[in-house]
Amino acid sequence: MTDSTSSPTGSLTRRSAADLAALLRAGEVSAVEVATAHLDRIADVDPAVHAFLHVDGEDTLAQARAVDARRAAGEDLPELAGVPIAVKDVVVTRGTPTTAGSRILEGWLPPYDATLVTRLREAGLPMLGKTNMDEFAMGSSTEHSGYGPTRNPWDLDRIPGGSGGGSAAALAAFEAPLAIGTDTGGSIRQPAAVTGTVGVKPTYGSVSRYGLVALASSLDQAGPCTRTVLDAALLHEVIGGHDPLDSTSLPEPAVGYADAARQGLSGDLTGVRIGVVRELGGSGDAQGYQREVSAAFERSVAALTAAGAEVVEVSCPSFEAALAAYYLILPAEASSNLAKFDGMRFGLRVEPAEGPVTAERVMAATRGAGFGSEVKRRIILGTYALSAGYYDAYYGSAQKVRTLIQRDFTAAFEAADVLVSPTAPTTAFRLGEKLSDPLAMYLNDVATIPANLAGVPGISVPNGLDDAGLPIGLQILAPARADARLYRVGAAAETLLARSEGPVLDRIPEVAR
Amino acid sequence: MSTQLVDFDDAVARYDPVLGIEVHVELGTATKMFDAAPVTFGAEPNTQVTPVSLGLPGALPSLNQTAVEYAVKIGLALNCTIARTCRFARKNYFYPDLPKNFQTSQYDEPIAYDGWLDVELADGEVVRVEIERAHMEEDAGKNTHVGGHDGRLQGAEYSLVDYNRAGIPLVEIVTRPILGTGARAPEVAAAYVRTLRDIFRTLGVSEARMERGNVRADVNVSLRPSPQAPLGTRTETKNVNSFRSVERSVRYEVARQAAVLDGGGRVVQETRHFHEGDGSTSAGRVKSDAEDYRYFPEPDLVPLAPDPAWVEEVRATLPELPAARRRRLVTEWGFADAEMRDVVNAGALDLIEATTAAGATPAAARKWWMGELSRVGAQTETPLEDLPITPAQVAALQALVDSGRVNDKLARQVLEGVLAGEGDPEAVVAARGLEVVSDDGPLLTAIDAALAAQPDIADKIRSGNLGPIGAVIGAVMKATRGQADAGRVRELVLERVNG
Repeated sequence: MTDSTSSPTGSLTRRSAADLAALLRAGEVSAVEVATAHLDRIADVDPAVHAFLHVDGEDTLAQARAVDARRAAGEDLPELAGVPIAVKDVVVTRGTPTTAGSRILEGWLPPYDATLVTRLREAGLPMLGKTNMDEFAMGSSTEHSGYGPTRNPWDLDRIPGGSGGGSAAALAAFEAPLAIGTDTGGSIRQPAAVTGTVGVKPTYGSVSRYGLVALASSLDQAGPCTRTVLDAALLHEVIGGHDPLDSTSLPEPAVGYADAARQGLSGDLTGVRIGVVRELGGSGDAQGYQREVSAAFERSVAALTAAGAEVVEVSCPSFEAALAAYYLILPAEASSNLAKFDGMRFGLRVEPAEGPVTAERVMAATRGAGFGSEVKRRIILGTYALSAGYYDAYYGSAQKVRTLIQRDFTAAFEAADVLVSPTAPTTAFRLGEKLSDPLAMYLNDVATIPANLAGVPGISVPNGLDDAGLPIGLQILAPARADARLYRVGAAAETLLARSEGPVLDRIPEVAR
Repeated sequence: MSTQLVDFDDAVARYDPVLGIEVHVELGTATKMFDAAPVTFGAEPNTQVTPVSLGLPGALPSLNQTAVEYAVKIGLALNCTIARTCRFARKNYFYPDLPKNFQTSQYDEPIAYDGWLDVELADGEVVRVEIERAHMEEDAGKNTHVGGHDGRLQGAEYSLVDYNRAGIPLVEIVTRPILGTGARAPEVAAAYVRTLRDIFRTLGVSEARMERGNVRADVNVSLRPSPQAPLGTRTETKNVNSFRSVERSVRYEVARQAAVLDGGGRVVQETRHFHEGDGSTSAGRVKSDAEDYRYFPEPDLVPLAPDPAWVEEVRATLPELPAARRRRLVTEWGFADAEMRDVVNAGALDLIEATTAAGATPAAARKWWMGELSRVGAQTETPLEDLPITPAQVAALQALVDSGRVNDKLARQVLEGVLAGEGDPEAVVAARGLEVVSDDGPLLTAIDAALAAQPDIADKIRSGNLGPIGAVIGAVMKATRGQADAGRVRELVLERVNG
């Protein structure tokens, strides 16, 4: 292959989606050229990164050709038309394999599109492929994929975060300018942090869940994975807005995000009140936070202050119980959501090795063979938590904690317009390092989980590198339905944090092949 | 192993039966409870489905507002309180007919609760049944077990699942324990289900056809030594599909449980299957406390909060319910109470009302439906409503009688023609040539022939003995194949003889 960083098509893979959209609109490149450049890049580096589970170049190019034809016919196309996108494999795509990272869905060809996929198609974004993930989005490292791990493009021996490690790695490796993720407890934001990319978990209900293979229905939220905040805002406007097929979908349209991001790009934060959450690594001597992560966070708060922000410290005491509540609510809902994978209607079907072939035994054999260990662990936890006699103590108590967390957020947002914290307590760890210690793995999400429990939006933007040259993330949280605020402050932070040393991704080493 | 039974009368003389009835009604909405798949009966298997009703990964429910309206109507008709806010819950269990392996139902927050229903028995006695709750839920698919006997799972080679029914909206109505029915327990159970069926139809929320399983009853029965004793252990006979079966299943369970208790045994809390053939029940699953559905609030649906103003609007536009209607009609029609009960018990009320609406008098309408048509129905074992004749046709037939165009005898022949599918009464009259002969010419010819055949008759009549005139009329009727107006023939005979 050619050196993709310097060849004419290679340079296309380095562009932001907004830049590509401008080039496409100006007629300087075609959608086919942009798609081809990314498909070439995927062919080049994905054997090493393994961000993708499924790529169908012919299908991508056919979609790109269709966009070029519409543009040639003089049609006024949506802004991102022709910019290709990678989609996390938890999102159902008609006629394209959708496994959610699980062997139990191997070979399933969905007969329908998720609402957000329909919107991507209508907006003319050719789909590059489906990205790798922890099985059913359970994990923080993508090591729990049923199809092998994804590697972090910054260091192939390290994890790209999870569960959406594939989408984040595809962006960091310049295999895709845009990607879709889903975030149940941090699965968009934590991978963004450890890959030096941008990830947004919108307000719960902002993006339709129709067609997301459900993990925990009350926590799941799809959102944009990008390399810039403006790109995330543009993508959010494409996939967001009310959907009658999702009864938890918010009524309002997804508009004004890109304008908010453009406003923020000036880096002016005058009059913005920024709350540092004491319980989310904001206390200076935070337990469990890597030294460089805490240091980077302090530097970023200083930078925001210098740009005119007023910094206040806020306390959200119930956040201490967030992880415990999350690991009751999530497994409980997951145990029910994953019950449908039984070998009766779709996907894997395994007959028992011996003995009678009854429906019950086929279900048991299929689930035994098709689910990985982390999935089984959480199904067992959730089944237990919902059992008669335990419901009040576990699920019921967890829901009460959830209410307390919502109240803490409400109080905090009276004192501050946005809240900030490190996205993840550490930078990318090594493959296998935490695989045998589920609790250590769960702690990766300690700072991201409260937003899911409360339904508020959050973004992770790059915040420099640690001593080993690995990216660190800054998390910004806004009140529910104030996603625009997230984009304004996020874009400002992005500008401010890149001022001294340039964008973090400019310093990523070329992927070793 | 033969089951011991106590004679029913003996059983209820010594034990106090307590009923509890759960009725499921399939709502007649155009689409399913949570998706756009059509609700149809008898379609090819697995054609009335969407990703939602198949429970495919990623699919989400969205609530059918018409189903909510129907549930509210049912709740109001059963004198229930309508919840200001309520939720759906997931009932988790694995079974192949359940696409998601959980049923979306309502658990601790039903849409309607605390109601009652007055049930009228055949002799006019009224029993008030207290309603604990009416809640919404989705139906499951349908399993067909192939290769065994009786279509049962046991011994089947394989099973097929049809998901057309999966997701059809149901309302489940649960009674409080029905006490004090004594020997009439079987009758009360059947009358309760029948009353509900009538209400569903009146409300227009379901076709409520028992034979299609639109209405299914789970009948709980327990016995206790006296009305003062605590409730006994109950059994639940599942999916009883006709009024008669409801009655028989209660009779059987009372007799069976009495025998168990007489023998010093304990009734096992279990579900039981009803067998149409011999009216018996047999043990199904044992219901134990170990059965754990892991209910929790359905996170894919937001809480349901029926607007109180809208509920009042629904209440104000509820149709007249069957009991009120019967009270009104009995007055309007002037039927005796016993006559009215017969009409109701025969399932002829709607038919008579429709026939009346089409122009017949209530008495005439009742005469047809409770007379000739009931006889035909009994002969052919066909419910009145399924006879191949419409109320409009019955009214048209009566109009022919009233106008004198057919007499009673001809009218029965016309009816026979209509039932044979020969068309409307007018068409049958025309095709069969059944009209009363109103032209005097052919009648006089026949009269002359009759008088000529028996010359002494004319003399008798002339001398004032009108007795034999019947014989002449009979002969004329015979000659005109019954199409003569007997009154006119009589006039003409008298004219002829005395003229």
